[in-house]
Amino acid sequence: MTRHPLRTVLKHVFWRELAFAAQKPSQWLQPLVFFLLVITLFPLALSPDPGVLRTLAPGMVWVAALLSATLSLEGLFRADYDEGVLEQWALSDHPLWALLAVKILVHWLFTGLTLVVLSPLAALSLAVPASAWPVLMVSLALGSLSLSMLGAVGAALTLSARRSATLLSVLMMPLALPMLIFGARAMDLAILNEDPSGALWLLSSFCVLSVTLSLPTVAASIRIALE
Amino acid sequence: MGMWTWFHRLASPPSCYRTAGQLKPWFWIPAVLLLGYGLGTGLWFAPPDYQQGDAYRIIYIHAPSAWLSLLAYTTMAVASAVALVWRIKLAHALTAALAPLGASFTLLCLVTGSLWGRPMWGAYWAWDARLTSELILLFLYLGYMALRAAYDERERADRASAVLAVVGLVNVPVIHFSVVWWNSLHQGSTVIRSGGPAMPTSMLIPLLACFFGFTLLLAYLACIRLRAEIVLRERKPTWLVNQGRDHD
Repeated sequence: MTRHPLRTVLKHVFWRELAFAAQKPSQWLQPLVFFLLVITLFPLALSPDPGVLRTLAPGMVWVAALLSATLSLEGLFRADYDEGVLEQWALSDHPLWALLAVKILVHWLFTGLTLVVLSPLAALSLAVPASAWPVLMVSLALGSLSLSMLGAVGAALTLSARRSATLLSVLMMPLALPMLIFGARAMDLAILNEDPSGALWLLSSFCVLSVTLSLPTVAASIRIALE
Repeated sequence: MGMWTWFHRLASPPSCYRTAGQLKPWFWIPAVLLLGYGLGTGLWFAPPDYQQGDAYRIIYIHAPSAWLSLLAYTTMAVASAVALVWRIKLAHALTAALAPLGASFTLLCLVTGSLWGRPMWGAYWAWDARLTSELILLFLYLGYMALRAAYDERERADRASAVLAVVGLVNVPVIHFSVVWWNSLHQGSTVIRSGGPAMPTSMLIPLLACFFGFTLLLAYLACIRLRAEIVLRERKPTWLVNQGRDHD
């Protein structure tokens, strides 16, 4: 058997994940619909007054994004675990964390980046001024990548556990708190026409931290599940 | 006998079981004495605070439980790291034994904090930075216990929950500072700080006694739970039967 260079393997994993996502659009479409649905619930439960909605918009958008991210991460590794793909990856010569990184990245492209693209729609419905949209999108992009990384740890830890719809949320949400606080704060500042760069820099540092610390942790957790 | 011999001996279930049993009186007797003095003095004999009256007395329970909630979590995370790196099963047992104790002290801290908040803030709950951090810590404990409960095989439960405990410990400072930052933003200085002027010695000494007393109480309870964990984990309990004959 010839040993393929890592770059070829990663490229192959990338296209494989992309093909799977294209084959089963409901996997990543449902969390998006869920996000929009939760956003719709708030005005109905609170008030349709644009002033009220604008004040509460950062919190609503971020809570909805957090819920939708948790929902989308539930089955991240499930099929590959059941079909033995993860076992092959763990046995291969290539670093497991690198293969998993590509998988998580593609997952983020379909759930996180699409959420970022959709977010102006949510902002529009919550009477957020257009001047705040770029900050919203940047903060959601950084935050959703961090959430994907953090959630991947949770998904890997619960992989061989008894299936439970709420376990991943219970594990993940306390850890996602800093992203929620600073993401909502950045958007809040943007709506108030103030400088949001402080909160955005903090979000970026969380993002770097979660990428670097999560990848080896996900790999270790997958190995525990495979034992 | 070198240090490693001692370490290996402690890492074997029978000797750990025995040692934990032998340590129990060394923990509970001073705990009872210290808590008897500390709580007795603190709750009855120490002078009332000139600002807070008698309400401040809850600090004799509240502050030690806050300390123990963090101590128990840190110990769990360190034991988990040790267990993952050196594959020491007893460290997993210790983590499992500590989790419900830490969660209980966290809950005690929250309840006493909210009881203190009623006369101080006029409400049972305020989104104060320390109370909020403590609440998140409770959720971390609950998540840890939920993950452990979701596994049928103990080995996997041990290792997966150990990873979670370590991840949680890395996150605890980040969460804490985020919450403090968030709080400074939204609440300003409306919250009365319990620190304020330095505590007089007549209040401080019973408080220290409570700190040490509650810590020893935790150590005693941990010994009991660790022994129970070891019994649960041992598949071949022949030495355990002999142990029973010796009456500890």
